[in-house]
Amino acid sequence: MAAQQERKFKVIGTRPIRHDGADKVTGRAQYGADIDLAGLLHGKTLRSPHAHANIKSIDTSAAEALPGVKAVITAQDLPNIEPGMAQMGELPVNPQHMSLNCIARDKVVYDGHVVAAVAATSPHIAEEALKLIKVDYEVLPHVQNVMDAMNDDAPIVLPGLGKGDDGEPKDTNVANHVQFERGDIAAGFAAAEVVVEREFDTSMVHQGYIEPHNSVAQYSSDGQSTIWVSTQGAFTARDQTAMVLDMPASKIKVIPAEIGGGFGGKIPVYFEPISLILSKKTGKPVKMVMSRAEVLKATGPTPGSHIKVKMGADKDGKITAAEVWMAYEAGGFPGSPVGAGCMTVITPYDIENLKIDGYDVLVNKPKTAAYRAPGSTNASMGSETVIDELAEKLGIDPLEFRRINGAKEGTAQPAGPKFGQIGYLETVEAAKTSDHFKSAVPQVEGRRVGRGVASGFWFNAGFQSSATVAINSDGTANVVTGSTDIGGTRTSCAMIAAEVLGLAAEEVHPVVADTESIGHTDMTGGSRVTFATGTAVYEAAQDVLIQLKDRAAKSWKVEADKVTFQDGVFTCTANGNESMTLKELSGKLPRTGGPVTGRASVNPRGVGPAFATHVVDVAVDEETGKVDILRYTAVQDVGTAIHPSYVEGQMQGGVAQGVGWALSEEYVYGDDGRLQNAGFLDYRMPTCLDLPMIETVLVEVPNPGHPVGVRGVGEVPIIPPPAAIANAIYSATGVRMAELPMSPPRLCKAILEKTG
Amino acid sequence: MKKIHVQMTLNGEETEFLCEPRQSLLEVLRDVVGYTGTKEGCLTGDCGACSVIMDGRPTDSCLVLGVEAEGKEITTVEGLADGDTLHPLQKKFLEHAALQCGICTPGFLVTSKALLDRNPNPTEHEIRYALAGNLCRCTGYDKIVRAVQDAASEMQGR
Repeated sequence: MAAQQERKFKVIGTRPIRHDGADKVTGRAQYGADIDLAGLLHGKTLRSPHAHANIKSIDTSAAEALPGVKAVITAQDLPNIEPGMAQMGELPVNPQHMSLNCIARDKVVYDGHVVAAVAATSPHIAEEALKLIKVDYEVLPHVQNVMDAMNDDAPIVLPGLGKGDDGEPKDTNVANHVQFERGDIAAGFAAAEVVVEREFDTSMVHQGYIEPHNSVAQYSSDGQSTIWVSTQGAFTARDQTAMVLDMPASKIKVIPAEIGGGFGGKIPVYFEPISLILSKKTGKPVKMVMSRAEVLKATGPTPGSHIKVKMGADKDGKITAAEVWMAYEAGGFPGSPVGAGCMTVITPYDIENLKIDGYDVLVNKPKTAAYRAPGSTNASMGSETVIDELAEKLGIDPLEFRRINGAKEGTAQPAGPKFGQIGYLETVEAAKTSDHFKSAVPQVEGRRVGRGVASGFWFNAGFQSSATVAINSDGTANVVTGSTDIGGTRTSCAMIAAEVLGLAAEEVHPVVADTESIGHTDMTGGSRVTFATGTAVYEAAQDVLIQLKDRAAKSWKVEADKVTFQDGVFTCTANGNESMTLKELSGKLPRTGGPVTGRASVNPRGVGPAFATHVVDVAVDEETGKVDILRYTAVQDVGTAIHPSYVEGQMQGGVAQGVGWALSEEYVYGDDGRLQNAGFLDYRMPTCLDLPMIETVLVEVPNPGHPVGVRGVGEVPIIPPPAAIANAIYSATGVRMAELPMSPPRLCKAILEKTG
Repeated sequence: MKKIHVQMTLNGEETEFLCEPRQSLLEVLRDVVGYTGTKEGCLTGDCGACSVIMDGRPTDSCLVLGVEAEGKEITTVEGLADGDTLHPLQKKFLEHAALQCGICTPGFLVTSKALLDRNPNPTEHEIRYALAGNLCRCTGYDKIVRAVQDAASEMQGR
């Protein structure tokens, strides 16, 4: 809390009740699936049961004839989007792939790929109609393992994806290759006292938000459309829908409903374009809500991967070279986060000689989407366990090893740029001095116990945000932003405005606006909202303050520079010490020129990277291979913590997801290419019985690139858990796990192999 | 499909509705009676987002048919507060920041109430055991468990 004392914040760093809290504990908050409109129809989709097949024909006539069915659509009802790239915010996207992922045209590329959709007067009738649609498939050989997919003789998921030496399209499943290289790795490895080389396999996992995807669309006869949806980005949903339907974005208004979790998975559109076409065809509003099986089969997941890590260190523990090779499952269309994996995998360390290769590889599985620090968790499972092994072989404490090699201000990242002010070493130090690390590992009868540590890095995002701040006549303020609030960002934005305006957090009312009520704002993702939208809110509040000072000056008939503002009070320095509260001034606005509204639109560049170091104690049942988490501490450089409770919440939630990834979550495909565990019974996410309390240590190294020092906090906490747990399992059992999840059967097998 | 007349007590009020035999209690609550505070997360009884209290027992409303509510007493999240006074659990969930996205919150509140109704002084393990049928993907459960502990203390007058 050093930063807080230094800057003397009044609101920032406190823990007010969130503004949307009462609505969310009473059931009043409206999520997408809660929207009801007069004449509402219900939409359902028919999905491919095959992992890979050509669509020869689709006969919808029987479905159309079912009473209550109002429309049936296939890809033929959507525009055929030509190949090419478009810009969405700062990111290049492929509208054709986006369209084909929403609804298949000539071929299906994964189990669960949408082939047709129905709108009917009830969801049950829509479901009955699906059974009447006849699809003639020509089943093709499929490929689902990333290494198999890279073979020359592998089935080709999308033809003509690559470019041959002659410049002509070439059949390959490798959509992209990213490479970072510097120094001389051969010389680096030659200088090493110890070299460790290992290979890892990690499974595809899902974001696991509890709220299924939804969309309610109303097409209007004047060509204007409205979509209510639980999305991470109202503008992102609007722009993608416009691309898929080849219509101007301005013709679509997206009203963001409350959102029941996203973690990156609610950035892409799925039902938005389909529900809008169904609405256009029927003239009625259409609601679509996915089942859990649909969510697991066809949205979200983050890639499984194959990773090779080779690292060497000299006898003093200095890393001399690192070589990383990674292949990520993109799913049925290109776009895995392998680039982000390359940018983060060994980035906590200052390494002179390195080579990192990343491959984006198509497989017959769902198109992957972002998932909390996308690409980084599985990569760090590799690098952070190899580092543990290096430290062990050199007889150096793993935290000390990290201190010796840790990145600091001026260290060049593998991708090139040098770090500004960062707090990685501070997290290592805080982990060392934490109560957890200083305490002994708890003993459990009949179990082997052990402790592990691991670190993680995430670069965080900036991107575009807009905000307005308006003063109410009662002296309170409204803050309007375009950032959908998933974890309490509404309140952090209100707190930033309150700090600037000298108001209490409760006196600022935050509003998440639709796409016609606020300037463009990119999605809630990249840990960017409190940073970037917070910057916009800060600047909009400053804009308000400048205007208010001007009004105070007018009412005192002095120049504006004769007015100061502190703690909610304007003071005139010209004639005595006349003063007026913001509340009093607010009442005078009609007579001093009218309402006061501040605004700001930003694309802030001063993004502050995030680092975390975690400590975990585990107990292993060697008979069953079950791992229990005994104690967990997450240390993180969070920059200035605006609302510490919600910062802690991000850390604890990230840890829980990381524990699931580490121990129990995985996509299981059969030989037939079908997902075998498309439900929460078999896709096993941690329950509260699987976890202990999760201790948090907030290290606050302010980000100089933000007006109050904010760094993104949401993503980095998911990165260390799998590696930290793997290291703890090693310390407990002597087994080095190289697979995720480290589920009971896998760990049992590894223990048996070791003990013989 | 022919509809069936059902009478139940919903949050203390006599309530009647017509539903198809295939409609779940969850669907009835949300789409027929209009109480959308109860959420759908999986429809297979695995996530607990649809939890209600039925005759004193925490129940996944997605696994109960609407017609089975005949004569039953049902409490949903909308029935927890007393007028505009929040139930101690609701208050403590807010004070402890025990929700992020909030989609699982109604289910956790309802299940926690059922727990405290039958065990006013649960241990941490008993709380975790009672809530193990409710999935939360945002919080890591830490603040939820603390909120329930604190609510129990407050309701015990400690």
